[in-house]
Amino acid sequence: MFNRILAISKKEARQLRRDTRMLFIVFFFPVVLLAIFGYAINFDVHHIKIAVYDQDRSEYTRDFIGGLISSEYFDLVTYIDNDDQIKRLLDKKIVQVVVVFPKDMSRKLLSKQEVKVQFLIDGVDGTSANVISHYVNAATYSYSLQFTKEYLLAAGKKMYLPIDLQPRFWFNPDLQSIRFLIPGLMAMILIITAVISISLSIVREKERGTIEQLNVSPLSSIEFILGKTIPYIVISLINAAIVLLAGYVLFGIAIKGNLFLLLLGTFVFLFAALSLGVFISTIADSQQVAFQAAIVTSLLPSFILSGFIFPIESMPSAIQLLTNITPAKFYIVILRAILLRGVGISAFWDQLIFLGMFGFVFIMLAIIVDKKSKNK
Amino acid sequence: MRAMKTIYQFIIKELLQVKRDKKMRVVIFIAPILQLIFLGYAANMDVNVIHTTIYDQDKTSTSRVFSKRFEQSGYFKIDYYVNDYEEVTDLLNMGKTLVAIVIPKDFEKKINRRETIPLQTLFEGSDGNKASIALGYIQGITTAFSKSITMDIKDKLGMKIALSGSLIPEVRVWYNPEMKTRNFMVPGIFGLLLMISTISLMSMAVVKEREIGTLEQLIVTPIRNYQLILGKLIPFTLIGFAVLLIVMVVMTQWFGIVVRGSILFLLFASLLFVLSNLGIGLFISTVSKTQQQAMMASVFAVMMPMIYLSGFAFPIENMPRIVQYITYLIPLKYFIIILRGIVLKGIGFSSLWFETLMLFAMGVTLLILSSLRFSKKLE
Repeated sequence: MFNRILAISKKEARQLRRDTRMLFIVFFFPVVLLAIFGYAINFDVHHIKIAVYDQDRSEYTRDFIGGLISSEYFDLVTYIDNDDQIKRLLDKKIVQVVVVFPKDMSRKLLSKQEVKVQFLIDGVDGTSANVISHYVNAATYSYSLQFTKEYLLAAGKKMYLPIDLQPRFWFNPDLQSIRFLIPGLMAMILIITAVISISLSIVREKERGTIEQLNVSPLSSIEFILGKTIPYIVISLINAAIVLLAGYVLFGIAIKGNLFLLLLGTFVFLFAALSLGVFISTIADSQQVAFQAAIVTSLLPSFILSGFIFPIESMPSAIQLLTNITPAKFYIVILRAILLRGVGISAFWDQLIFLGMFGFVFIMLAIIVDKKSKNK
Repeated sequence: MRAMKTIYQFIIKELLQVKRDKKMRVVIFIAPILQLIFLGYAANMDVNVIHTTIYDQDKTSTSRVFSKRFEQSGYFKIDYYVNDYEEVTDLLNMGKTLVAIVIPKDFEKKINRRETIPLQTLFEGSDGNKASIALGYIQGITTAFSKSITMDIKDKLGMKIALSGSLIPEVRVWYNPEMKTRNFMVPGIFGLLLMISTISLMSMAVVKEREIGTLEQLIVTPIRNYQLILGKLIPFTLIGFAVLLIVMVVMTQWFGIVVRGSILFLLFASLLFVLSNLGIGLFISTVSKTQQQAMMASVFAVMMPMIYLSGFAFPIENMPRIVQYITYLIPLKYFIIILRGIVLKGIGFSSLWFETLMLFAMGVTLLILSSLRFSKKLE
């Protein structure tokens, strides 16, 4: 039995070795993508473009704006002097925020009244708009506090602040999004390589008819599947190592936790991903169909449903259930635990079991479907 | 005339092939609908649920009122009330809680004595985005709580007017007043799906013929190269357009997203986008020998960069300069800008002429270049 499995693996490995273009794509592109995306993608909203409609023109409005643009969050684009310009600036995406100071702002401030400062935000990107509105709220309150402090100080009084918030961010003190995104990126690259390559390599045999030669040989379907899978497990493990190394070299993401656990987690994840690929190969008759099915089950789900960027808790409950179709979801939890928090197996043993079950279910399904189609 | 007829027959052949392959029909037409629906609900960056732990060392009525404030806000789900630091550390390490709020001893006493209380809040910061949003909510709650305390003091002292003037921010969000990410994301997913299906269809179709050897049979027939290329391009444009219409119906009917601008302009831009994708697909087919290569190349060299760098989820303005220049080469970027502009803002060609022109230019260039490369390969 092992001889036969080994023979199939050897044949597959040789075929892969000769296909240099394929190997180039599989090993080279993930690193390039990691490098570009690692630098490119983040949610940190900086350099928000603002326009100012200052109807007061006092030292207070100047102070306020000066405070805004001295931070790296806001860049002043232009001053405007009428309402019509607001719409034009926002429509054409020239600015993201327009700040409007009311006419008698300084007079009201000095006569102890409340003054409303208006912020008009381009809301097309709901997420950025949300972040921007947090920023402008915080900036206004802190300026207001500053004003009150100085005003009271001038009057010889002291201000009382009941609560002083002291936030501490563990595991990621600078709140860099890259640390959070790298595990997701890794999972996505690995699952795509695994699912697409294995499913296509099996379906190719179907398309070319070589699978029928195998069917009449004494090879059983389990032996065939195992033999096919082993070279891809090796390739994917090498791939994982390359991506991890790139993550360390380029972004300084060191592995905080146990290396053996990481290997174990990656191995179980690859088992799940490859069995998904094997299952796809049993239902597809052509590589075109296999590819589309692989894309549907791996590319977008590992990007959107895995908790990679969109928080799973915020999804409707039916969709939360659906997130289980992508093994990437479980692997990302494992990776974040090991890479970022450096904790042990107690934090993610359940994820390992899920992944194992996932792989087992799909490999069984594949064997059942395969048997059925052969008996036809 | 005969030339037209040959092309026509090619188109019929290609369409028949799709029509007869039931599984292919499912993946071409049904898969995008399901994906748009599922992913449209999932693609949401709003943080609605913040898993919270409270360590109340004070246990007085004031501290309880304070922790109630978090529950009442609707964002915080208080999963654990704990009694020592070790539990706090454990929960954060396990990733079971996003934020732990430690209410110090003497919380009530200090408030009565008008002293400032340092309030320690610990975040599981691996998701920096979520943590900073949570911090924003917490700031809101503590500010409101502080204010109510100073108001109480003022009432007791019998003061009528404020101690000083103050500024209040009044935020108005245009175009998307509820700040729904869905309105923003669904058009983006629409673009992604259209790109994926058209590129993969085109690149696979040609390589498949090469792999099974039928391409060589075609080469020895008197068919001209341009006929072959048009015979491949036209049917896939038709199929791409059909996918586009279906997905658009789902977007407007299922998600109730109203197209504010001109639908005709939207269709025109989509056609340009489909053409540039077919150009990319044809190009991939000229550099690949097997379907496996074609697919890996289209996923890693084309689809993933397009997904990440198109501004679909990650704002382009935040990217480093060099990467921003790369995004100029990405047709999906222009298409998503046009799509969001028409659907959400209702703006037209006068504001979107640059993107439309770029899409047009890219479509034409890509098609011509890859056709040339393709016919060279044939000879």
